[in-house]
Amino acid sequence: MGSRIDQDVPILELKHLKKYFRVGKNHNLHAVDDINASIARGTTLGVVGESGCGKTTLGRAILKLIEPTDGQILFEGVDIVPLRQKQMRPIRLSMQIIFQDPYSSLNPRKSVFETIATPLIVNKVFKDKKEMEKRVRSIMDTCGLTRRLENSYPHELDGGRRQRIGVARALVLKPKVIICDEPVSALDVSIQAQILNLLMDLQDEMGLTYIFITHDLSVVKHISHDIMVMYLGKCIEKAPSKEMFINPVHPYTKALLAAIPIPDISSRTTKMEIVRGELTSPIDPEPGCRFAPRCSYFQPSCSGQDMELNEISPNHFVACPVMEKMLPK
Amino acid sequence: MSVELLKVENLEVIYKTTQETVQAVNKISFTLNKGETLGLVGETGAGKTTTALAIMQLLPKTGKILAGSITFDGRNLLELSDEEMRLRIRGEKIAMIFQDPMTALNPVMTVGEQIAEAIRYHSENIKEDEIQKRVDEVLEMVGIQASRKYEYPHQFSGGMKQRVVIAIALSCEPDLLIADEPTTALDVTIQAQVLAMMGELRDRLGTAMVMITHDLGVVAQICDKVAVMYAGELIEKGTLEDIYVSKDHHPYTDGLFGALPNLVKGTDRLAPIVGLMPDPSKLPVGCNFQDRCPHCMDICKAKKPEVYMNRTHMIECYLFSNNESWRRDHGKQN
Amino acid sequence: MKTFLFGKKPTADELIEVESQGLSRSKEIWMRLMRDKSSMISLGVIVILVLVAIFANLLINKSLVTEQNVAERIQGPSAKHWFGTDLYGRDIFARVVYGSRISLSIGIFTVIISTTIGGLLGAVAAYYGGVTDSIIMRITDVFLAIPEQLLAMTVVAALGATPLSVIAALSVAVIPNRTRLVRSAVLGIVDSQYVEAARAVGMKSQGIILKEIIPNTLGPIIVVSTQGIASIILTVSSLSYLGVGIQPPTPEWGSIIFEAREFLRIAPYMILLPGLVIVLTALAFNLVGDGLRDALDPRLKD
Repeated sequence: MGSRIDQDVPILELKHLKKYFRVGKNHNLHAVDDINASIARGTTLGVVGESGCGKTTLGRAILKLIEPTDGQILFEGVDIVPLRQKQMRPIRLSMQIIFQDPYSSLNPRKSVFETIATPLIVNKVFKDKKEMEKRVRSIMDTCGLTRRLENSYPHELDGGRRQRIGVARALVLKPKVIICDEPVSALDVSIQAQILNLLMDLQDEMGLTYIFITHDLSVVKHISHDIMVMYLGKCIEKAPSKEMFINPVHPYTKALLAAIPIPDISSRTTKMEIVRGELTSPIDPEPGCRFAPRCSYFQPSCSGQDMELNEISPNHFVACPVMEKMLPK
Repeated sequence: MSVELLKVENLEVIYKTTQETVQAVNKISFTLNKGETLGLVGETGAGKTTTALAIMQLLPKTGKILAGSITFDGRNLLELSDEEMRLRIRGEKIAMIFQDPMTALNPVMTVGEQIAEAIRYHSENIKEDEIQKRVDEVLEMVGIQASRKYEYPHQFSGGMKQRVVIAIALSCEPDLLIADEPTTALDVTIQAQVLAMMGELRDRLGTAMVMITHDLGVVAQICDKVAVMYAGELIEKGTLEDIYVSKDHHPYTDGLFGALPNLVKGTDRLAPIVGLMPDPSKLPVGCNFQDRCPHCMDICKAKKPEVYMNRTHMIECYLFSNNESWRRDHGKQN
Repeated sequence: MKTFLFGKKPTADELIEVESQGLSRSKEIWMRLMRDKSSMISLGVIVILVLVAIFANLLINKSLVTEQNVAERIQGPSAKHWFGTDLYGRDIFARVVYGSRISLSIGIFTVIISTTIGGLLGAVAAYYGGVTDSIIMRITDVFLAIPEQLLAMTVVAALGATPLSVIAALSVAVIPNRTRLVRSAVLGIVDSQYVEAARAVGMKSQGIILKEIIPNTLGPIIVVSTQGIASIILTVSSLSYLGVGIQPPTPEWGSIIFEAREFLRIAPYMILLPGLVIVLTALAFNLVGDGLRDALDPRLKD
């Protein structure tokens, strides 16, 4: 009995997803606080934010590597939050993850072949060993890993190749959704480009859906269809990729964009719109906008009440009433 | 009037282990004037950090300076003893800051005490209250309240820690600051803050800077001149205009620009550089970039490229051998 | 692929060539070990000892071990009796050779048992954390508070002084130490991304512990185990010397010295020569352990 896959149902939906960590006796660290998203099959949602924004926790929570505190995760229409780890096993075949650090995400004692074959072996995907080997080799091919690397070990290879192994491992089960957790942050620029191109090609060929987590706005522009900006656990702006770059509204988004050093001396500014101050604590945050202490547009109405995401133009959501008011009608 | 402060000439550095000898830096030369900022650009393994450590004479045991000279303020640093380097140069005249602020600070000493230690070490007969005054000054200079000097490193965030590191480095007002990827580990908004601060301090104190980075954007924001390293060699050098405005480039530099995800241009596919940097223990005959160069010619595989100059712009590549604006530089022996 | 057993030291070129052939870390570590002369010599010594222990009966007539010859008692080393004779006229060399069986087997079995049990306990404690960790570690702490030899003596006293009870006693004494060791090694790995990756592909906890975590903790375990054999042999000897280990007339190195204790001034060879064997054996194991530790040290890697 197979479930009919409704093409109109988004492949992944997050509804009021929360993850709080217990700190001390009575305190909660709001790592992920009420995140909502609807992701269509074959598209990429970029999740952007700096350290402490909760994007890494979000990625882990979607896969239930960390148990969500509250909310729903609808995978192909079915809520997976109440599932126990054992029931998650068939779902894991469809949702995989590529890790950030090519140096610690591979078991140093396993050869390239063994690492890529492990998901197949663990899930007993093939009865025939030859079939399994065929799949591993074909995935290695797809990811640009030559045959002769089969018996190599991670410590013999550079970051770029190691990351390709990570990609291959995520692909070998032919999943539908892949969480990419900063997959190129640890790589040199020229290698970054190789891996990003590979991921985009794979998405076209295999109809993959990505959740692409990164702190680098320039990277996410190329690969995402939609972008969500996170700050201290909350989504403060969400828009289609192009729109986000042409028309950023939230002061934090603007600061994030302004902060990126551009390799162009004509734009060498004497004083950039630099955001001041530091991140405030995610523990038991007060109601109100969490960016308020650092915001140049701060007004008294910004504290006291949590900000709602409002749609200011088709599919463009912002959680900042101050900037909303300033928009041209 | 620009006064020459640092002159590195034909520097060669190797790393020698029981298993192999690796050429980390191969005959690089550059100069830096007082108050100037040089961006030393390259990817992992290019030899930038090795160059910095060589200038500071802080190479690990396996590292050896094989040849060349490093002239600072008229003196050849390679002729100085370790004691002279330690007492007179390091910290006092040339300071260095590293990438990871987490491990650069002593976790069991207060921040104020660490700055004071640096000051005390380089000043004779300085009174305690004068030291404390200087500590306060220096903290304010990097944007930290002086009252925080009694706090410990773990009480500061990453960006703040890096500011403290910069404070320690600048406390003795060195003539030259070598910054090895100082903002790579920081979030982008914090990076903007720290870079702006470094720029202001540099202007105020007149410190020369060598900014080591892989980020061409950072270089554009803060540097005056640029040197691009690849596999241990300086393959391109020039002013900001030479690197960012001129269309003439070493193919590797072109590749670096092309591989950057660009906020301004809307390209669909990025243009990576195929292949990898060569293994430093197995460098090819001829140009190091030959396997990855879209313009590789036969001569590139046979002989190391000559150096060509166009006023301030230097490129080590045969592509410019027939170009009228470029003349061959005989200064470098190949 | 060329295999290197004993023989010439691999040159740097050979090392690099082999490395690019997909050399597993084990082989790489073995090659690095081979460059350390003292380790290789010690390893040779150990191999000889083990062979001697196994084939003792082919080398020396077993009867010599217990055959008493009052006429020849307390004689110094000679062509006939290489280590001389003891107070009953027994050939000391024969007794030492046969004694190696007991000393070595107790040492090796104790290490195997204690490392396996202690290791599993430590891995489970570190992996599951929380209450499991607390219970296991508090029990371990209690045992660690008791001095090793005292604990061993107590168990031997309870079970009687047979080789098996000595193994049991020493294992109990050593397990807590191994639990701690493996626990800290596992703690260093359990948060690694590759362990998370294993969970993400659906591996079960047992599989993760056995296939992902433990193979990566073998380094310190092996080093501690080889050096552990040395210390256990010494402990067994001291237990026997104290009279609570292997009882005479069974030839265990420690009990041989025990029996000769009155003769230190008259016939020092009776103590010194077996003692020398003990020392050399322990030294050999320690040196191999040192060499392994250096071979495993990632800082020696390029």
